[in-house]
Amino acid sequence: MSITQHLPVLQVALPLLAAPLALIVRQRRVAFAILLAASLACLAISLALWNHVQDGSVISYAIGSWPPPWGIEYRVDRLNAFVLVLVSGMASLVLLFSWRSIEAEIAEDRHYLFYTMFALCLTGLLGITITGDAFNVFVFLEVSSLSTYVLIAMGQKRRALVAAYQYLIMGTIGATLIVMGIGMLYLMTGTLNLYDMAERLGPLQGQRPVLAALAFITVGVSLKVALFPLHQWLPNAYTYAPSAVSAFLAATATKVAIYVLLRFYFSVFGQTIFLDLPVRPLLIALALAGMFVASFLAIYQLDLKRLFAFSSVAQVGYIVLGIGMGNAAGLTSSVLHLFNHGITKGAIFLLLGLVVFALGGTQLSRLKGLGKTMPITSIGLVICGLSLIGIPGTSGFISKWYLIMAAVELGHWWLVFLIVSSSLLATAYVWKFVDVAYFQSPETPAAAGRALPLTMVLPALLLTASTLYFGIDTRFTIGSATGAVASMIGAQP
Amino acid sequence: MRNDLILRVVAKLLIPFILLFAVYVQFHGDFGPGGGFQAGVIFAAGIVLHALIFGLDRTKTFLPEPWVESIMALGVLLYVGVGLAGIILGGNFLDFFVLDADSITGQHRGIFWIEIGVALTVAGVMLKIFYMFAARGPIDE
Amino acid sequence: MTTLAGSFTYLVTFLLMMAGFFIIIARGNLIKKLIGLGIFQSSVYLLYVGPAKIVGGTAPILAAGFTVYSNPLPHVLILTAIVVGVATLALGLALVVLIRESYGTIEEDDILKLDILPEPETEQA
Repeated sequence: MSITQHLPVLQVALPLLAAPLALIVRQRRVAFAILLAASLACLAISLALWNHVQDGSVISYAIGSWPPPWGIEYRVDRLNAFVLVLVSGMASLVLLFSWRSIEAEIAEDRHYLFYTMFALCLTGLLGITITGDAFNVFVFLEVSSLSTYVLIAMGQKRRALVAAYQYLIMGTIGATLIVMGIGMLYLMTGTLNLYDMAERLGPLQGQRPVLAALAFITVGVSLKVALFPLHQWLPNAYTYAPSAVSAFLAATATKVAIYVLLRFYFSVFGQTIFLDLPVRPLLIALALAGMFVASFLAIYQLDLKRLFAFSSVAQVGYIVLGIGMGNAAGLTSSVLHLFNHGITKGAIFLLLGLVVFALGGTQLSRLKGLGKTMPITSIGLVICGLSLIGIPGTSGFISKWYLIMAAVELGHWWLVFLIVSSSLLATAYVWKFVDVAYFQSPETPAAAGRALPLTMVLPALLLTASTLYFGIDTRFTIGSATGAVASMIGAQP
Repeated sequence: MRNDLILRVVAKLLIPFILLFAVYVQFHGDFGPGGGFQAGVIFAAGIVLHALIFGLDRTKTFLPEPWVESIMALGVLLYVGVGLAGIILGGNFLDFFVLDADSITGQHRGIFWIEIGVALTVAGVMLKIFYMFAARGPIDE
Repeated sequence: MTTLAGSFTYLVTFLLMMAGFFIIIARGNLIKKLIGLGIFQSSVYLLYVGPAKIVGGTAPILAAGFTVYSNPLPHVLILTAIVVGVATLALGLALVVLIRESYGTIEEDDILKLDILPEPETEQA
C-alpha cells in the first residue's frame, strides 16, 4: 500500500480533516498550525500530481473502489493539475498572511471559526477541480460557496453582511442553474461521470434538452465567474471582506469557476456544440462588455480595494474572451491568464492587506504619499498594476500576447484594437494609484502606521516577485497551459 | 410556555418517543425511507421541542453549546475516518469492500458508520442553529 | 410523451422555477427573497425526482416478487440538494438577523439608503 496512489483523494480529504479539527481545538494557534500543515501538504500533493501528468497521462482514482462510471471518479489531467497548483499555492500563502492580518479585522474568539471556514473553502475548491463526477462538482461548489459567504460576512464593516447576503442570493441562483443543467444531462445520458457523459452525448447532438443543459450551465457558471452583466456581487464582496479573504477569493474563486466552464465545454459537450448554439459570439460580446464597462467603473472608484475588484471583472473578461475565440491560442491565453491573473490579483490584495494593517483603510484619500510612507508596498502595487496592463516583463503581458495572437489568427483586427484599448483603460486606473501614492504628499507626517510583521510581508512580496518571474521565465506557465489545451482539444473525436 | 400544564405534560410524553423515532429512522435507512439526514433532523426537533416548552436554559444544562459544536465536528471526523480506514485497510477512500472479509457485510458496516456520522453532524448543526437564533433576545424598536 | 399532460411534471418544475425567481427579483424584503430562493431550489428537486419514477416500478428496495424498481439515484442526489438548500437558508437567515441588528431594517431599499451615509463606527455583532 503506497500513499502515492491515494494522492488524488488526499488532496481533498486533508483540508476536510483539518476543518473539524480546527473547530474542536478552539485555540487559534493550534487551529492555525493544523490549517498550515494541511495546506502545505495540499501544495505538495498538487505539485506531485502536476509532475505526474505532464507527459500527458491521466490519473484516475475510484472513490470506494466502485469502478467508473458507477462510482465517483477523481480524475487528474493537465488542465486541473494546473488549477490545483494555483489553488493550493494561494491557500498556503494567504494562510500565512492571515495569521496576523485577521488580528485587526476579526474578533479574537472567532479566529478558530475563520480557520474552519477557510479549510472548508479550500476543500470545496480543490474538490471542484479534481472531481470527475458532475454532481460532485455541484456539491463541492456549494461547500466552497457557503464557506465563502461566511468568510465575507466576517468583514469589519456592516456592509460586509449585505455584501455576503447579495453574494449568497446570486451565488445560489448560479449553483441551482448549474444543478439543473446537470440534471438535464443526467436525464439525457443516464450517467453522472463527466467522461462517460461525453461519450453518450455523441449521438445526441443537437437535441433540445442537451442545448438547454448547455444554456443552464453557461448562465450558472457565468454567475460564479462574475461575467458581465452577472458581476454585481463581486465589487461589494471583495471590498468588504477581510483582506486575507479578498486575496484568496480574487485569486481562486472565479478561476475555479472558469475551470468548470472549460471542463463542461471541452470534456463533456465537445466542440461541435458551438455549431448548434451561438455560444462563441455571446461569450465574446459579454467579455468585451465586461472589459470596457468594468474598467470604466474602476477609474471612478475612490476606494482602492473596490477599484481592483472592478479590475477583476475586467480581467475575467479577457479570460472569457479567449474561451469565446476558441482557437488553440485563445484557449492557451485563457488558461495562462487564469494563473497569471490569480497570482497578480492575489498579490494586489495581499499588498492592500498590508495597507489596511498599517493605515486602517484603503480609501484613496488616506493613501496620499504612500510611496514615501510604505515604499515597498507601493512599488509592489505598481509592479502588479503593470501586470494588469500587460507591460512586457510581467506575467500579464504573456497572456495578453497570446490573446492578441489568437485574435490575429482569426483575422479579427477589430478585436486586437479593442484588447489594446482596454489595456489603456487599465493604465488609467493604475495611474490613479500612482498619482495618489507618488505625486501627493501625506496628510500627516506620522501616517506611516504600524510596523508590518514578516509573516504578512513575505507572502505579499513572494507573489509580487512571481508576477515578475512568470513574465520572464514562462516555462512553467506556458508549458502547463499548452498541455492543458492539448488535453482539452486533442481529446475530442 | 412553562406554566401551561397541557403543553408540559404532552411534551414530556412525546419527547422520548420523538428521540426514539429518530433512532428508528436512522437504522432503518437501509430498508425504508430514512438515514442519517432525516434522523439527525428528527432528533434535533425533539430537543428543540424541549427548549421551546421548558426554556433554552434548561436544555443547555444537559446539552451545552460546546458539546453541540463538538458533536458537529465529530460527525465529520467519523465520516472522514471511515474513508481513511478504507485506505488503511488496503482499498481506496471510502472503500467499504475491505471493511470485512465478506464484501456485503463490509458495505453494511461502512454505510452504518457513515450514516451515524451524518446524523451526528446534522443534529449538531440543527441544534447549533436553534441555539444561536433563540439566544438572541427580541430587538428593541 | 410530448403531450401537455405527459409533460406535467416539467411544467410544474418550470412554473416553480419562474415563480421563485420572480420573488427574488421583485421583492425587496430580505426574508421574502430567501423564500423565493427556497421555491427556486425546490423546482430542481422536482426536475430530478419526477423522471426517476419508472412506469410500473415500485420503491427502490429489494423485495421478492418485484422486478421493476424506480431509479434510486436521483433521490439520493436530491437528499444532498435539500440539505444544501437548508444550509443556504440557515446562512441567509443568520445574515438577515445580523443585518437587522446592524441596520435596523430588512428592506433592501432602506438598507441601500443607509449605505450611502458614512459608516457608523459601531462594532459588528
